[in-house]
Amino acid sequence: MTQSEPTPGIPAKQILDVQNLTKMFGGVKAQDQISFSIEKGIVCGLIGPNGAGKTTLFNMITGIYQPDAGKVAFNGKDIRKTPAHRLVKAGIARTFQHVELFSSMTLLENILVGMHVRTQAGFWAAVTRIPAMKREERQSRRRAEELLEFTGLCADAHKMAGDLPAGRQKTAQIARALASEPLLLLLDEPAAGLNPVETHALGKLIQKIKQSGITMMLVEHDMSLVMEMSDKVVVLDQGKKLAEGTPRQIQRNEAVMSAYLGNG
Amino acid sequence: MAIKNNYIRIEYLVFLCAVSAFGFVTENTYYLQIMTFIGINTLLGLGLNMLMGYTGQVSLGHAAFYGIGAYTTAILSGTYGINPWLSLVCAVAAAVFIAFIVGLPTLRLSGYYLAMGTLGFGMIVNIVIREWAAVTGGASGFVGIPVLEAGPLIFMSGANYYFLVWGIVFAAMIVCRRLLASRTGRALRAIHDGEKTAVAIGINTHLLKLEIFIFAAALGAVAGFLYAHFVLFISPESFGFMFSIKIVTMVVIGGMASVWGALLGATVLTLLPEVLHGFAEYEMIIFGTVLMVVMIFMPQGLTRGIMDMIRTAGRART
Amino acid sequence: MQEIVQYLFSGITTGAVYAVIAVGLSMLYSSTELINFAHGEFVMIGALVMVTLWVRIGLPLPLAMAGAVGAGCVSGLVFERFAIRTARNPEPITLIIITVGAGIFLKGAAMIIWGKDPFSMPAFSSHESIEIFGAALLPQSIWIVSAALVLAGGIHLFLKQTLTGKAMVACAVNKKAAWLSGIPSEKMGILAFGISTGCGAVAGIFIAPITMSAYDMGTILGLKGFCAAMIGGLGSLWGAFAGGLLLGILESLGAGLISSGLKDAIAFVLLLLILYIRPGGLFAAKEAKRF
Repeated sequence: MTQSEPTPGIPAKQILDVQNLTKMFGGVKAQDQISFSIEKGIVCGLIGPNGAGKTTLFNMITGIYQPDAGKVAFNGKDIRKTPAHRLVKAGIARTFQHVELFSSMTLLENILVGMHVRTQAGFWAAVTRIPAMKREERQSRRRAEELLEFTGLCADAHKMAGDLPAGRQKTAQIARALASEPLLLLLDEPAAGLNPVETHALGKLIQKIKQSGITMMLVEHDMSLVMEMSDKVVVLDQGKKLAEGTPRQIQRNEAVMSAYLGNG
Repeated sequence: MAIKNNYIRIEYLVFLCAVSAFGFVTENTYYLQIMTFIGINTLLGLGLNMLMGYTGQVSLGHAAFYGIGAYTTAILSGTYGINPWLSLVCAVAAAVFIAFIVGLPTLRLSGYYLAMGTLGFGMIVNIVIREWAAVTGGASGFVGIPVLEAGPLIFMSGANYYFLVWGIVFAAMIVCRRLLASRTGRALRAIHDGEKTAVAIGINTHLLKLEIFIFAAALGAVAGFLYAHFVLFISPESFGFMFSIKIVTMVVIGGMASVWGALLGATVLTLLPEVLHGFAEYEMIIFGTVLMVVMIFMPQGLTRGIMDMIRTAGRART
Repeated sequence: MQEIVQYLFSGITTGAVYAVIAVGLSMLYSSTELINFAHGEFVMIGALVMVTLWVRIGLPLPLAMAGAVGAGCVSGLVFERFAIRTARNPEPITLIIITVGAGIFLKGAAMIIWGKDPFSMPAFSSHESIEIFGAALLPQSIWIVSAALVLAGGIHLFLKQTLTGKAMVACAVNKKAAWLSGIPSEKMGILAFGISTGCGAVAGIFIAPITMSAYDMGTILGLKGFCAAMIGGLGSLWGAFAGGLLLGILESLGAGLISSGLKDAIAFVLLLLILYIRPGGLFAAKEAKRF
């Protein structure tokens, strides 16, 4: 991260600071001057009707898209030009709306791959099997097993990830993201396709993750889940920020209501 | 896990014994020669298997590195009289360097573009070998490659060369296996399953693909070196597009499944022409059919496809 | 000057052949997102069937041409039916190997049918050459270039003016939406395949009198067609056409002014440069997707 410089004037307690972020797709503004910030340790819900630009925003924070204008600062450092894979090392992890586990690998291996940025062994270490590499491998496995226990997936450790039921795949995705030891975790519609029991379990998991000190951003259509989990909610509509506030404030906000009822 | 590891070590031990036993017992130079070619082809298959089978990156120009290895050692040791062992180092270095230069932009491509790029690269190398007659001997080939020697050992008789080649193959298999069981190997397979996701979990996919491309190129150059000092005469046809396809076929047959797949693929493709009389006529039709049929019905490769079929059949019964 | 003009003439002539190959590839890509690595083999089929029907059997020229194009179309359709549509896992890596396998298969079959020796074919018309700036322009060249233009123009009109053509373009833009609006995208794919391999065969007919034709001529021609299509930006019809002409001229100039042995390398070096620098083609503004 050679390009990153501390941005002055941002209090350190904010983990993510987005300012006037704009993204164009062929002349259409997918994101128009979005600004908000997230304090350390909270859960921030991100809601909005379909096409509001939630996933686009995620893609810009995680370095998949480059914004056309505006700023994204992570822990006070500008990350606009940092490549996606370095951002994971810096501490931003995400899950996808559609489950994207590595289907030809076992669940345990998926978690181990998730630790890629926190481990070192390279080509020569692997070939020569130096003690440090073996030690790292042992530690990785132990930690992966801990993570599986934390997410309640122990029984499936040696099953092929592609063979797991959809709900477990969603949880597994979160476990893999946690394996990179993130400071900020972005969850893209984690409850989509889950039944009420699974959604309830997901809520529990999100709380557990929050207790372990990880800041989260949550894109979700399940309003009761968002309102229950979030300390703060940002509402997007048609690429613009419509509102920001506590769940209670958002529930009473008239602009939000009309956007959701289809008048806006 | 420990049990599995031991099991694999036993596999290798059995393999080592079988290969050595064959080398000591067989007096027939023809058989030894065939086995030596199988070994050389296995090296090529192993390299491409890492790139194509595990990482999912097609290369239709792998024969180029085979050619670079063979011609580098031929020119250095044949024309300039450099010690062949030193020229082996140069051959590998040349392949690594070229793979780096070519791979840097090429591996940013994927799918069709990557296939076309590697195919074009293979063609260019072949044209250079063919046209640079003053150095390479051109289309008529390169004569005068010295025989390998190490102290009192002369690697000419069937058995000596056989052991040299299979020793290297064995080492290469161990290296590949260790690589696959490591952090790097997992990341490679992750790229195969989903490159975008791999980036999103923090893998520098471009760097890793480049590393494995260079590794495959180095193995190819070693194979080229062994080939050149074995047959002592090389010509451009041995390193053309058709040979690149042959290596791809080895990987497809061997199944993009395990280190053993490369061995199986190389064995089948080396033996086929020997077993089938008048094979040359039908070589292309057979390769073409094999490639199509396997890919249509078993996109993970023949060995893996058959293994999957057995697994599902077993599951259906229980 | 005279030399340069002469190189230009021969460059434009072979360029027109590359253009037709590229148009076939490009059109298939734009309607099915498939790149057919066996495309060059259909050029070979066109050339060899043409030689057989016209020179060996002695059929009248138009009939022989129709036969050659028909052979290209039919073999393409058979290939589509049995190799492409049956593929269980239609991902690029699988389709690449399938089409490469098909190419090798066709090459091997052609070797058995026609043998290894190359065939030559006389020019279509025996009129005398026209002199321009002291360079000889063969009527053959005019023939080929105009036929290539007519072919590309015909495809252009078909895609822009007819209902079927428009439906095909719709499939290319958004398969699902096209399917939802009742366009049979599978049939469109088959049609595109037939036209594409037919174009290949036409290129084969053109090239037969220019060079020797043999079973192994296809791979390099297919690659050059791909190179031309890439220059023009994959999926763009006139881009592919212009790319073909440009490649033909560059090759002819390079062969004449630098070295004839390196002629083939020019196309590949150009291909790599395009892939690295402008994967979207010389004329395109946006980048091609790389994932």
